[in-house]
Amino acid sequence: MVTFQEISPADFFYRNRDIAGFTNPSRAIFVSIRELVENSLDSADQMSVPPEVYVRLTEEDASTTTESGNGVYRLLIMDNGSGIAARHIPSAFGQVLFGSNYKLKQARGTFGLGGTMAILYGQITTHKPVLVKSSTGGSKVYEFKMMIDIQRNRPLILDRKTRRNKENWRGTIVEYSLEGDYYRAMSKILEYLKQTALLTPYADIKFVDPKGRLYMFNRVTTKMPPPPTETLTHPYGVDVETLQRIIRVTESRNLLDFMRKHFHRVGQGTSLSFLDFAGFIRTPDPKRLKPEAVARLVETNNKSKKFRKFFGRITEEQIKVGLKKAKSQDMIAFLKSIFPNVDRTIILRLLASSGLVRTKNPKKLKPPEIVKLVRMMKQYTDFLPPDASCLSPLGEDLLRAGILKELKPEFIAVSQRKPSTYAGHPFIVETAIAYGGDIPKKDDIVVYRFANKIPLLYDEASDVSIRVIRSINWRRYKVASGMPIAILVHLCSTKVPYKTVGKEFIADRPEVKVEILNGIREVARRLQTFLAKREHVAKEKKRLSVFAKYLPKIAQFSTDLAGKTEAPDIELLLKSVRKYETEGK
Amino acid sequence: MKRKESESSTKKKKDAVLNDLREFGGELYGQMEKGKFPWVEMPSRSTENIYYSPDVRQYILGEKSVKRHARNIRHIKPFTQMVWAGFFASELVKNRKTSTLRDVYYSAQAYEMTFKDQPESNNILTDLETATGFAREDFNVFPEERSALFGDLTIEYTVPGYEGKQLNMTSHPDGVMIGPSVVSAEFAKTGCDKVIAIEKGGLFTRFIEERVHEKFNALLVLTAGQAPRATRHFLNRLNTELDLPVYIFTDGDPWGMHIAMVIISGSANAAHLRGLTTPDAKWGGVYATDIVDYKLPTDPLTDVDIKRLHELEKDPRYTGDLWKREIKTFLKIKKKAEQEAFSRYGLTYIVDEYLPAKLEEMSAD
Repeated sequence: MVTFQEISPADFFYRNRDIAGFTNPSRAIFVSIRELVENSLDSADQMSVPPEVYVRLTEEDASTTTESGNGVYRLLIMDNGSGIAARHIPSAFGQVLFGSNYKLKQARGTFGLGGTMAILYGQITTHKPVLVKSSTGGSKVYEFKMMIDIQRNRPLILDRKTRRNKENWRGTIVEYSLEGDYYRAMSKILEYLKQTALLTPYADIKFVDPKGRLYMFNRVTTKMPPPPTETLTHPYGVDVETLQRIIRVTESRNLLDFMRKHFHRVGQGTSLSFLDFAGFIRTPDPKRLKPEAVARLVETNNKSKKFRKFFGRITEEQIKVGLKKAKSQDMIAFLKSIFPNVDRTIILRLLASSGLVRTKNPKKLKPPEIVKLVRMMKQYTDFLPPDASCLSPLGEDLLRAGILKELKPEFIAVSQRKPSTYAGHPFIVETAIAYGGDIPKKDDIVVYRFANKIPLLYDEASDVSIRVIRSINWRRYKVASGMPIAILVHLCSTKVPYKTVGKEFIADRPEVKVEILNGIREVARRLQTFLAKREHVAKEKKRLSVFAKYLPKIAQFSTDLAGKTEAPDIELLLKSVRKYETEGK
Repeated sequence: MKRKESESSTKKKKDAVLNDLREFGGELYGQMEKGKFPWVEMPSRSTENIYYSPDVRQYILGEKSVKRHARNIRHIKPFTQMVWAGFFASELVKNRKTSTLRDVYYSAQAYEMTFKDQPESNNILTDLETATGFAREDFNVFPEERSALFGDLTIEYTVPGYEGKQLNMTSHPDGVMIGPSVVSAEFAKTGCDKVIAIEKGGLFTRFIEERVHEKFNALLVLTAGQAPRATRHFLNRLNTELDLPVYIFTDGDPWGMHIAMVIISGSANAAHLRGLTTPDAKWGGVYATDIVDYKLPTDPLTDVDIKRLHELEKDPRYTGDLWKREIKTFLKIKKKAEQEAFSRYGLTYIVDEYLPAKLEEMSAD
């Protein structure tokens, strides 16, 4: 007999932790640090405070550590972020899928899942509670010692303390134990921190590893990118479930209002045109039109310069005469018959302004209607593209500062593309290319991939950026194999098209791909100019050295041949070569 | 006994060489003194500038010239190398030292003038020849010795340590190597009235054994295959300074025929030089017609041989009736024979029968 049983989200992730990236001890320790660091950075970003993050990893019991480094570690992360209100602390760290990010604006984390997952992982591998200290900067600091009730997805508070916040401290400290393999994960962790520092040049990040070594990534600026604003859903990105959820909470009584209030970049005009396109507009039968309605229509038109431009001055008589002959069943067709030259959308606007347009109450939509509305949203082509105010790209200056700080290149070019969209999600691509400095000379170009300021370190080969970079003929840009070149691609979006839950690589969305390609081309062209100039200078140097090498010899041999004692002065000749060349540039 | 009439040609030449090199250096020096990049102009040696001149009876360079300019980044290295080569040559001549092409290649390294390879260094020396008009032998740069001479010629050495010493060229039964000291020697006296040049060492030795030099009053010269330039120049001197007619005996094939032709009319490679040809020298055989007339044992002509004959047919040097007839005959009989082939009639047949007949035939022309 089959038994059915409901499982909690915590239980689900307990059973399927591979999905979130906790595949093995080395990966688990990497993902844990990453998730918590990202939460810390996000929380400081939200406050517009330059982040300070301190991470300490210690071996809890060295004797249990195996030779390969697999053992029990204690992880502590401290930040200067917003802090968490006391009443939210248990849920924020003891309940899976409870998060502050579950709305539409760009942030590193998406669901508030990662941090809790990391703690959940610690609990199931060590069976020890987590310590959370937090203050929002008020008079109190709250300390919780707790565990997660996995089956019920509830926090279990073991101890709580409240202290006076003497130093006006604000931020969060999380400390817990976990099983992991630091030594195998070390290179990835350090690479992660380095790349994070690169893309967050306004953050101070310190990391103390189990051997007591301190890694410092100091900020070079306190300037931060403008924080993102929250936005509504764009109609192109809506599915049936989302629409139903919005309907459940809406206070709008008609669709016209509903579309305007709950969707991104939908105003009165777009709302009308779309609902007309989707077939959700009803207008009164002209035959039953009341005289007051006629009066309202005429008045609305005559009062508005805008409408008069199309309809001219209308008289009630004119409408009434028309009404007598009217054959049409609705006002739109009726007005069209009188004003054949006026656009349908203008007629719609006039009717709406005159209160002659009716739309359904969204709460009374039947399931087939909801499905139809969603389908029509996808088919309607005249929605304005989402704007990028909900995004928080780094900006060219910060990008440059970050790269200069971590790679110290000889040359750098950065570019921020204009906002674009895919499937209703706005995105911005930022690209950079750097040459020389600390960049290693490799056969292949070094690629740094970021999505919403998160470094992507795994599955490089599957990433869209790599495909784009491979498709480019680099010889055209004077790039040869073995040159110290790094390319950086940063994709900001309210929804990064990850291919997997593990946040490792970005899928091949054509719209995204085109932007990445154009972004890379733009910086590559500037690199080409740099390389060409460099090549020219090198050639020049070589050229001058050739003259400097041979001319004195010619002078010497000629002197000997001619039987003279003193060689002719060739300094002027050498100088002339140099002068001529600098003029030639 | 014939005494040499003209004045010491080697001494005169040495002075001319040194003078020329000094002028060459002086010109460059003057250009630089005026604050100008030095340059030289010389005839172009590209194939389209090489012509056969029926008047001079050898290949010559045409009107085209090339300028090598130190201002030009692609020229300055070879330019420097050439000036160095001139300097090196003048040192050699002044100090009366000789050297080889290989020596030149290595010597350059002492002056941080490393040549990429031997051909590069050879080419630079050819440039110097072209610019000055002197052969590298005049600069005391000699190839390895392989040719030799034997006969009643007394030479007077000019090389250091032997100045004024005389030696008769019959003093060594194997013949005397035509090396730098022989080439630079003055001709003191000779009892010969002709020169017989022979392609192969075997026959040269046979001729000495059979006392051809006495029987025919001849100076024997071994070319050892294609005659080295020093030997060609030496033959020219024998012909012009001592008025000795030169007769050449080679194998009966296109290659032997061409050995004779290069002695007579020179090669395209040496179009920039004079004094390496002996236009009045005569080829005595082995002719294709000799193969038929003497019924010599033969080998069939190979494809390469036939291809070479067709090339020679078009060669402007092969315009004489004799050459045309022999090329045609070779192509007809498609056979070739070596000089040694006469041995089928006995070892001395070539000396007793063939040579007198040939000499008579040639001197009658």
